[in-house]
Amino acid sequence: MCLAIPAQVVELLPDGMATVSAGGITRSVSVALVDDVALGDYVLLHVGYALHKISAEEAEATLKMMAEAGLIEEELGAGQ
Amino acid sequence: MKYVSEFRDPALAQSLATAIAREVDPARSYAFMEFCGGHTHAIFRYGVQDLVPSNVRFVHGPGCPVCVLPMRRLDDALELAERHGVILATYGDMMRVPGSGRRSMLTARGAGADIRMVYSPLDALALARDNPGRQVVFMGIGFETTTPATGMAILTARAQSLTNFSVFCNHVLTPPAMEHVLAAPGIALDGFLGPSHVSTVIGAGAYRPLVAQYGRPMVIAGFEPLDVLQSVLMLVRQVNEGRREVENQYSRVVTEAGNTRAKEVIEEVFALRETFEWRGLGSVPRSARAIRPELADFDAEARFAISEKQSREVKSCECPAILRGVKQPKDCKLFGKACTPETPMGACMVSSEGSCAAYYTYRRAETMAEMEAAE
Ligand code: SF4
Repeated sequence: MCLAIPAQVVELLPDGMATVSAGGITRSVSVALVDDVALGDYVLLHVGYALHKISAEEAEATLKMMAEAGLIEEELGAGQ
Repeated sequence: MKYVSEFRDPALAQSLATAIAREVDPARSYAFMEFCGGHTHAIFRYGVQDLVPSNVRFVHGPGCPVCVLPMRRLDDALELAERHGVILATYGDMMRVPGSGRRSMLTARGAGADIRMVYSPLDALALARDNPGRQVVFMGIGFETTTPATGMAILTARAQSLTNFSVFCNHVLTPPAMEHVLAAPGIALDGFLGPSHVSTVIGAGAYRPLVAQYGRPMVIAGFEPLDVLQSVLMLVRQVNEGRREVENQYSRVVTEAGNTRAKEVIEEVFALRETFEWRGLGSVPRSARAIRPELADFDAEARFAISEKQSREVKSCECPAILRGVKQPKDCKLFGKACTPETPMGACMVSSEGSCAAYYTYRRAETMAEMEAAE
């Protein structure tokens, strides 16, 4: 029950609802808990509610840090 | 899927694993508790334990909502469905959890109780609108991740003047449970993998007082395998450098303050219970939510008289000790024999976030072999 999935907002509906798409499946969910949701945003979806917007910049930064952990490896010539 | 597959990249996983192996001090051991059952599941599913050196150990924590719900509360829910004739709406995870006398929501439904599985509290609201002649009770359960959704459902029911909807509230809080684990004598932990989605709501700041008081590092970690590996690396670094901080690996959705709107909904709808019983942890002060008296119309505990009763946990089930992090599924005689996911004797075997279910699904042969060797 604690798992939440990333979903993209494809349509904004009245009453704080939106249609989102995740893995090819669309469903209508509540976005009332998240401020300023816009079309095309990615949100974290949990039990029918968007819990938080997903920050594209932060996701990139995290992936970059992960890649850098590997770069150090290559420079040291380790892990061969 | 976007924001999923990038965080499962095998090459990056390997380089993170190599970085961990390089930085781990072979002269010491590292015991990290993953508080959240979602992390337990991820660690097993992706074989994270096999990717890190053997002196880095995961201790499974009590963050599985279905597992920590005391049997008494499940018995109360069954009573609502059976004696009060309500439509009981519940998340699927609850269906097979054994109550007293090995009854469950599934067996109760088989015997005629009206129990419906829902994906969201929004579905429970729809049931109430579609069945105006019946009382609908939603089984509210979970940590801070699910609490705002339950709160929103209650506010919606009030706005729509729904008089046949109420919630049986079992929502619990993460920080007091962590504190309980930290304050327990005899548990040697070097740090925490902090919850992913709980933290989207309460924010990284919620853990700072605990980390300051108990001096254990904490890294808030995402649920994907690369998130877990990177968080382990961050924890190893904190330990090696003698730092004791809250760090946030899951910054793509977790902020310092969390989700202000969700926290406001929680405050508007729920008060703190003085104390609440947890399976495994016992009574934990100020660790659970109750519906505020102003909203008593939507509180199943205020609306229906629930009888005093004695619940009987299965005696040899080691769930309580496993939830405290002091035993493992292999220490339970029933594991894989009398107790399987098809015939669960305890909640830890039911939920996919439970430790016993994780060992059964991903490590059954090794665990059974270890049990035999110990006999
Ligand atoms: S294996 Fe079953 S009976 Fe044993 S501790 Fe786990 S849930 Fe309880």
